[in-house]
Amino acid sequence: MKMITKAVLMTSVLALAACSNKSDFEGDDFVDLNAGPSTGIDDSAGNSFEGTGGVNDPTSVAFFQQSVGDRVLFEVDQSTLNGQGRLILDGQTRWLTQNSDYTAIIEGHADEQGTREYNVALGERRANAVRDYLVSKGIASSRLRVVSFGKERPIEICSQEGCYAKNRRAVTVLAAGLSG
Amino acid sequence: MTLRICIAILAICALPFAALAQSGPLRIEITEGVVEPMPFAAPNFVAESSAANDFAERLTRVVVSDLAGTGLFREVPRTAYISQLTSFDAPVQYADWKAINAQALVTGAVNVSGSNLSVKFRVYDVFSGAELGSGLQFAGTTQGWRRMAHKVADQVYARITGEDPYFDSRVVYVSEQGPKDKRRKRLAIMDYDGANVQYLTGSEHLVLAPRFSPTGDRVLYTSYETGFPRIYVLDVGNVQRRVLESQEGSMSFAPRFSPDGRTVVYSLARGGNTDIYRMDIASGSSSRLTSAPSIETAPSYSPDGSRIVFESDRSGSQQIYIMGANGGEPKRISFGKGRYGTPVWSPRGDLIAFTKQSKGRFHIGVMRTDGSEERLLTASFLDEGPTWSPNGRVIMFTRETQGATGSASLYSVDISGRNLKRIPTEGGASDPSWSPLQR
Repeated sequence: MKMITKAVLMTSVLALAACSNKSDFEGDDFVDLNAGPSTGIDDSAGNSFEGTGGVNDPTSVAFFQQSVGDRVLFEVDQSTLNGQGRLILDGQTRWLTQNSDYTAIIEGHADEQGTREYNVALGERRANAVRDYLVSKGIASSRLRVVSFGKERPIEICSQEGCYAKNRRAVTVLAAGLSG
Repeated sequence: MTLRICIAILAICALPFAALAQSGPLRIEITEGVVEPMPFAAPNFVAESSAANDFAERLTRVVVSDLAGTGLFREVPRTAYISQLTSFDAPVQYADWKAINAQALVTGAVNVSGSNLSVKFRVYDVFSGAELGSGLQFAGTTQGWRRMAHKVADQVYARITGEDPYFDSRVVYVSEQGPKDKRRKRLAIMDYDGANVQYLTGSEHLVLAPRFSPTGDRVLYTSYETGFPRIYVLDVGNVQRRVLESQEGSMSFAPRFSPDGRTVVYSLARGGNTDIYRMDIASGSSSRLTSAPSIETAPSYSPDGSRIVFESDRSGSQQIYIMGANGGEPKRISFGKGRYGTPVWSPRGDLIAFTKQSKGRFHIGVMRTDGSEERLLTASFLDEGPTWSPNGRVIMFTRETQGATGSASLYSVDISGRNLKRIPTEGGASDPSWSPLQR
């Protein structure tokens, strides 16, 4: 019985991991979003998802990404936060407040329907919409930086609205440890 | 590393360069009406030494490819030839070329001695039975044989069309590899026809939109080397680069040179707002040219440097505006249905090329500088980022195909809308910038 529960839990965590995204950021200083276990099939120890750094640790980066939600989505050509986006950002605010060692880079992205330069500018608008919201909720602006990748880093690659909707995003990427 | 060759131009006859623009009976007037390409013959250039055999053949092939590639000329197949060319100075048998309807005849000869290569050529108007312009000779090195072929083709093109040529030119672009969600990009430079590729950067950092300086010696581009987009300037000769604009807490992108090469106009984004700035390259001092809460980007100077065309979404969607080189109140010039971006002023000054998005399709188009006479030249899932040939006759741009396996390629199209073709590149390619004609 206990085995079955664990198996179900593991399956659901794996499914989440499969949905999570590759690092959007190229630098070395930032947490690899894939840092968690990627294949758990032979992981007989069974404790890889618990304890420090695991998704069940509310202070972990994995928890921030998967439980709090590291990204908000936008409508076509818009940078306005919707209700669900604000809900996620409220969660990010609480997490960043409780985990004050972390700084973050907010990455703004656009879908492929647009010219390159405009999409860089649009992604910057989106990233700043998130930054401004977090700052308005009390996160120190010195902990937040923004960058735009325009349409250069899609996570979904089909050319349909289902993919575009996921690509029009601003992702809060945690930087481990110290600010500055 | 960059190919540097010295091309001496020696007139065989005493006529000066001005002769190249001479008008004669053999003439292609490039207008909307030209549809039927002019048939021409170009027998293999005569090898004047055994070492020249291979070069003569390759050189002739590039000349033919340049001319036929314009869509204005058509090569008469060699199997149709009645006369063969055995000596550069032998009298031309006009009747033989007339019989196969070759309206123009290009003859040439190549000599190789050590690493030195020289090529001379003549152009004949077959139906009037006379030489068009005078013979010319170019001297250089064997390494630069393709450039000399382009020089010959440039002369032939100029004499017959009366237009400035563009074959001896280069294109800097972004070379792309990998799938859409793991794409790697690096700067590359090539001849206008895709040959002689040289990579200027590695692909460890994302790079965007390189732009040639007015003399082709430097390239401006955007790199994410620091994790944030910043403008760099790269010396094409020694491939050394330096960051130009690196204000903390901001992003800079979309740079372009002024016509005198001393100023850069670009976009700077900060706090959710993108505006246009310019910077004096020598001193590094910058000034802001627009200050609206909307997105202002993709600036491009007029050839005289007095005005700047750019895009702005201040009206609610991307549209094209023109302002003075010092800023001031811009005037909107695009009013059609759809969105207009990436405006680029033509080297002749009369047209603006742009990207248009309308009904889910992308187009490359041109309009006059007052916004009138808009013409769309292409249509596809995603066309963007036009750049002008040095003579303002041809536009190169990025075309990206759709779907999970989508990739980017370079295409060119005549400003008449004809002769759309893909430029061969190794792997994907985007963001072309065409150099001026090389000297």
